[in-house]
Amino acid sequence: MSSRFSLSRRIVLRGILAAGSLGLVKAVSGCSPTNLAGNAERDLVVGFIYVGPKDDYGYNQAHAVGAAALSKIDGIKVVEEASVPETTAVVETMRNMIEQDKATLLFPTSFGYYDPHILKLAKEYPDVQFLHCGGLYQNGHPTNVGSYFGYIDEAQYVAGIVAAHASKTGKLGFIAAKPIPQVLRNINSYTLGARSVRPDVTNQVIFTGNWSEPVKEAEAMNSLADVGVDGVTCHVDSPKIIMELAEKRGINCSGYHTDQSALAPKGYLTGAEWDWSSVYQAYVNDIQAGKSLANGSIPHLYRGGLGDKFVKISPFGPNVTADAKKDAEAALQKLLTGELVIYSGEMKDNTGRIVIKKGASLKQRDLALEKMDWLVAGVKGSTKV
Amino acid sequence: MDLNQAVDRIERFLLPLLSIGLALILFGLFCVCQGLNPLDVYASIYRAAFGRWSSFQNTLLRAAPLMLCSLCTILPAQTGLIVIGNEGALVIGALSATCVGMLVYGFAPFFAQLLMVFAGCLGGGLWIGLLGLLRAKRGVNETISGLLLNYVAIALLNFFVEGPIRDPASLNNPASFPLADSHLLGNLPGMRVHFGIIVGFVACLLSTWLIYRTPLGFSARVTGGNYRAAQIVGLSVNRLMIIFSIFGGAAAGLAGMIEVAAVHGRANDDLVAGYGYGGVLVAFVARQNPLVAIFVSVLVGGILASGGILQRVHDLPDSTVLIFQGLVFLCVLWSDSFYGKLNSLVPHFIHGSCHEIFNSSCAPEDISHG
Repeated sequence: MSSRFSLSRRIVLRGILAAGSLGLVKAVSGCSPTNLAGNAERDLVVGFIYVGPKDDYGYNQAHAVGAAALSKIDGIKVVEEASVPETTAVVETMRNMIEQDKATLLFPTSFGYYDPHILKLAKEYPDVQFLHCGGLYQNGHPTNVGSYFGYIDEAQYVAGIVAAHASKTGKLGFIAAKPIPQVLRNINSYTLGARSVRPDVTNQVIFTGNWSEPVKEAEAMNSLADVGVDGVTCHVDSPKIIMELAEKRGINCSGYHTDQSALAPKGYLTGAEWDWSSVYQAYVNDIQAGKSLANGSIPHLYRGGLGDKFVKISPFGPNVTADAKKDAEAALQKLLTGELVIYSGEMKDNTGRIVIKKGASLKQRDLALEKMDWLVAGVKGSTKV
Repeated sequence: MDLNQAVDRIERFLLPLLSIGLALILFGLFCVCQGLNPLDVYASIYRAAFGRWSSFQNTLLRAAPLMLCSLCTILPAQTGLIVIGNEGALVIGALSATCVGMLVYGFAPFFAQLLMVFAGCLGGGLWIGLLGLLRAKRGVNETISGLLLNYVAIALLNFFVEGPIRDPASLNNPASFPLADSHLLGNLPGMRVHFGIIVGFVACLLSTWLIYRTPLGFSARVTGGNYRAAQIVGLSVNRLMIIFSIFGGAAAGLAGMIEVAAVHGRANDDLVAGYGYGGVLVAFVARQNPLVAIFVSVLVGGILASGGILQRVHDLPDSTVLIFQGLVFLCVLWSDSFYGKLNSLVPHFIHGSCHEIFNSSCAPEDISHG
């Protein structure tokens, strides 16, 4: 009995040793490729994190297109993770990208990633640069954090001109997520663009309350079509359902975030698109040239409009007339040169209150525009949800 | 122990394992369809979830809210209710805790945290308690009303965050005023896992004790086992349903309080991260047993934690984790229909002698027959 016991103990010991050595071999062999990857110092590993799927025809796809452009550059390796919630999950994703993939530049693209998640992790990894989309950087935030955003309302202004030209009823519609300054600015610029060529145009706005509400967006789209609106655009995370329904209802639509012409081949007029490829390439060029956020050679806040290649408009669709193209391109040129200031007085909101005094004008970078809480005359709707 | 019980016990152990095994095989087929070797993928999932101390912490971080949220389904389930309003209870708990946290901004940390815990539990408890009340008094189906109240809770959160408690500085990302830094819950020493994991663990243990070791828990289980029988023996079934709904909601509300106090530091719509629905999954996979729920939460947390590696290393789509989770859920639910089948496979003559004992051990049913 005792001999049998010692034998089994020996076997157990041997087994443990064997398993251990197997694990060791595995660990060593498992380590070597990552070591090699880490040693290839020329490779800049860039991590992209999205809050939704990469093919949402919207916010996330616009960023994924930018990431895909970076991955084609020599010496750049892109790692991506989609559908990451704005909670501890994103902290863990960033940490894994830094520690496992050796990423030194991160683009966590959703608004809710910033405070507290990026701010917390940036202190822990001072050598990693965190670039966040949304323009939320403030003085006092960690020096290795930067924020960027585009004045996409300039593209919306041009889209408004095109939509007004194409409209027969003079009624446009805008489906929006939340009445926050960035959204209100898009609604107002779109309306101002439309009314610059046709002063009687109205723009009915509907707020859905959240960034991704496909059912409410579809309901809003149908009700707009029912009241005679014949041109819609939107500011939601994924405009897919809106564009598809507009096409089905036989009315024109204008895209947002990215090119949605494939969803509405007949009625797609144009759209306000992000040009993240150009922004990301500019950032990466700076970093490859040895610049960094921490020493201040890359600005902590980086913003731009049409002229800075932050935003662009989609190619014109079949329903855009020659007149519309002419007006749109004229406005585009004036916006590129800065000759056209969208917010210049006297301007009233849709309750009749004067919001910009006569003779005053708020240029693209004016901070007053970042706090917008009104809807311009011609918009039907209220900022109170 | 008689034979039937032994067979039952084997079955209770075997079926969950078999169903998870089946889910693994089905998910393996999915991997093959994606052109990958399933074994490689499983190895990655294991490494990313449990392989190293660092990755295990990632798993624990995600498991913490799942444990508390699963109790929101498990506790009412003892009385026969199927509650899936966990997400709403979490949100309401978080919202109540934030409101109280803003009121007690200057208080001493321990006192403030205690008040916030109380507020979170009360908010969540009343929210799910309302489901129990509607069910008990008006016969409203608690599953449907719970699902609908999830939307109401999220709408309420948005209303408060964009209105009464909004920090005017949060221009483009509406959020409440922040809690005082000193009131935030820290991490466990030497780890990046917050105290929520301890709270979840203790809450599951307490629930186990409540369900299996107290008269109240026994009454609840009798109610869940046979509603009419419970009524006939004089249990106030309505009260039991409401009490266990309140307990369940309090657990999810506590999860919300912890999310606010340990992770976000304020309330905004980032709180709606799907932990509530994850809790429903955990509860069903654990077959409404809070002790098992601890392990299942860690398992589901591990699956969630491995989502990143599946995308970054194997180039699988981001919905892969959901597919895996869904397969596990479906297989476990399906396996429910096999309970009791094993006993009928055991030849009849072996049973004979045990019949008397078995029948007399099942008190409520006897009464209902009598």
